Amino acid sequence: MLSRTADSLYWTGRYMERADFLARILEAAVRLAALPAKDGAAATAWASAIASAGVSQAFAASGRTPNEKSVREYLAFAPDNSSSIRACITAARTNARSVRTALTIELWEAINGAWNGLKEMGEPTKRDDFVRFLEWVKTTSLNVEGASSRTMLRNDAYWFLRLGMAIERADNTARLLDVKYHLLLPADERVGGQLDYFQWTTLLREVSALTAYRWVYRESVRPWLVADLMVLNRQMPRSLASCQGMIVSYLERLATDYGRRGPAQRLASARLAQFNEAKIEDIFQSGLHEYILGFLSENNALAGAIHDQYLV
Amino acid sequence: MSGTSGSNEVRQCYRTLARWLDAAPPDLLQSRSRQAELFFRRMGVTFAVYGDVESNERLIPFDVVPRIIGAKEWTDLEKGLKQRVSAINAFLKDIYGPQECIRAGVVPADLILTNPHYRPEMQGRRPPGDIWTHICGVDLVRTGEDGFVVLEDNCRTPSGVSYMLENREMMMRLFPDLFAEHRIRPVETYTDMLLASLVASAPAHAGADPNIVVLTPGPYNSAYYEHSFLADKLGVELVEGGDLLVNDDIVYMRTTQGLKRVDVIYRRVDDDWLDPLTFRPDSSVGVPGLMAAYVAGNVTLSNAVGTGVADDKAVYTYMPEIIRFFSGGDPILGNVPTWRCREPDALKEVLDKLPELVVKEVGGSGGYGMLVGPASTKAEIEAFRAKLIADPDDFIAQPTLALSTAPTLDGGTLSPRHVDLRPFVLSSPAGVRVAPGGLTRVALKQGSLVVNSSQGGGTKDTWVLDD
Repeated sequence: MLSRTADSLYWTGRYMERADFLARILEAAVRLAALPAKDGAAATAWASAIASAGVSQAFAASGRTPNEKSVREYLAFAPDNSSSIRACITAARTNARSVRTALTIELWEAINGAWNGLKEMGEPTKRDDFVRFLEWVKTTSLNVEGASSRTMLRNDAYWFLRLGMAIERADNTARLLDVKYHLLLPADERVGGQLDYFQWTTLLREVSALTAYRWVYRESVRPWLVADLMVLNRQMPRSLASCQGMIVSYLERLATDYGRRGPAQRLASARLAQFNEAKIEDIFQSGLHEYILGFLSENNALAGAIHDQYLV
Repeated sequence: MSGTSGSNEVRQCYRTLARWLDAAPPDLLQSRSRQAELFFRRMGVTFAVYGDVESNERLIPFDVVPRIIGAKEWTDLEKGLKQRVSAINAFLKDIYGPQECIRAGVVPADLILTNPHYRPEMQGRRPPGDIWTHICGVDLVRTGEDGFVVLEDNCRTPSGVSYMLENREMMMRLFPDLFAEHRIRPVETYTDMLLASLVASAPAHAGADPNIVVLTPGPYNSAYYEHSFLADKLGVELVEGGDLLVNDDIVYMRTTQGLKRVDVIYRRVDDDWLDPLTFRPDSSVGVPGLMAAYVAGNVTLSNAVGTGVADDKAVYTYMPEIIRFFSGGDPILGNVPTWRCREPDALKEVLDKLPELVVKEVGGSGGYGMLVGPASTKAEIEAFRAKLIADPDDFIAQPTLALSTAPTLDGGTLSPRHVDLRPFVLSSPAGVRVAPGGLTRVALKQGSLVVNSSQGGGTKDTWVLDD
């Protein structure tokens, strides 16, 4: 397969995943901002959405201040934000279009349909309409993932698309957790208090895992258990460990198909081995924030290794 | 059935269709037409129009009424096409070789050697099997009862074949019972024929299984859909310039498993943009060093470099003599009578009756830069007159043709609309073949003669009947 084709598939996967993630962040922010809380809680919710999306610097540099209107507009539609929902769906579609022959008709229709839908939906301003828009974005990414999983041959095209999704999902989960743990709770609020509790449940909701949490732990929401679910639990499809497992299995399939392992496989396997030994107590002991920063930088290094090995 | 002009055989061909339509519910064609449009849009079968950013991806209107050609007529047409394209290949071999046709006075030397499409880099080169234009699209019109004449030859990178194939798919989906009632020759074999043709044209080193790629300028090119469609049907990679590189005069593509040698490039990039080291240095869609690899015989380009000299509109006017010179017989397919404005007597005549004529730029294509006298205002004609006088070498003129029409859906009824026909002729060292069909373009506006998709023309499925 052409390296450019692999690259486009990989980025189609990443951008669709990121669009979904942004919709989830915005949904959570709408909920958090609606909480009865002290002055400033709403502003914190919107600022945290910007932080979770990893665009704090660009947002500040654009001269905006975080509030409902500015954050909604910036993360969903702003022409000057190259990773808005609109930009992500457009980029996914541009990448997909340049490798149409590597896609099934169903997958192409799902991605092209998302792009057509984007134009039809315009820029909803009312909160109700905006929330419906976010629902639509999530459905769209389910369509794309479903179409790929149901119709694509299990060959390198599929593995590169999935790799992009998994790398992006790992990155997103890590950021989400970090923002809650590190930034969200105002200094004068009590850990374990009402706001804290609501924030943790909202985080679970954001990743469609509130029910999953109750099934797995059978107790009320506790920060270290949420972290356990999001970092180490292999049953949770978007935990860091699960994403890492997916990345390893896709890379190994590629290695088998191509008859050759390389730096990306070695790096990915080494990281997975670390997950198998890790305990959430130890992670908390040495600091969740530091752990997540380490994870993000390793995830970037792995993305770099995949790029060098296959995509150029 | 109205508007079907031409011989008895022509009308005969439409008899079954006419009967079937008479028996069908009145809104059937319209509802099928809507289905077709919906399907094309969902699939993204689009055509980009230059200079029109808003509608960057537009559908070409599809007319559901087929254009039908009888068996006998097709047989004659096919013979004429093979004769013409074989002569074009022989002409190109000669131009870039001994230049006997120039010495014999068949074509004027300056017309060839100062032609912008003449490539001195190719002088003395011989591509495998002396095939220059592997894929040639010949534009034909019917002007009377005695068959077709050639309007222009497209020897560089003719487009439209994806519409021939997609339109057929669509018609079989929309009207399965009509196909059961006719004996229509299949066009689906085109891509197999094309693949065989490209394999047969590979350099000797490549063996029986050459690595073939389709080279596209990229997703923003107007014919990108067709490029990806063809790569898909051929089962080969669709590459952009950046995917290829040249090392020691050998072309490679960058793959996820390292560099892989490329043997045949079906390129949909014009000569000018192929290689920034040889042609336009500002080309970002080409491959540096490609010409060196090509000249060294390490890769086949299809079509060859320099074929534009054969489809130049001024050279076109010499085509009957060229065919006679190289085939030794009379041309089976004639030209449209044409004035060469480079000749002073002809220019005078053209200027005298400008409002009645169609005038074309010799290097133009796609319906751009032409004057359709009868459809133009006085001011437009006078503006064109000035251009013509300033640079007569750049223009040819033709009478406004009484183009044939074919029945076409217009609102709820059928009306006659002007059509042309572009069959696709494949040449390789293994022989010359023509897919039984082609692209029928139709001028959807009443009375209009311009069928180009960039100017609001549409397409039809083209049926060639079996005996």
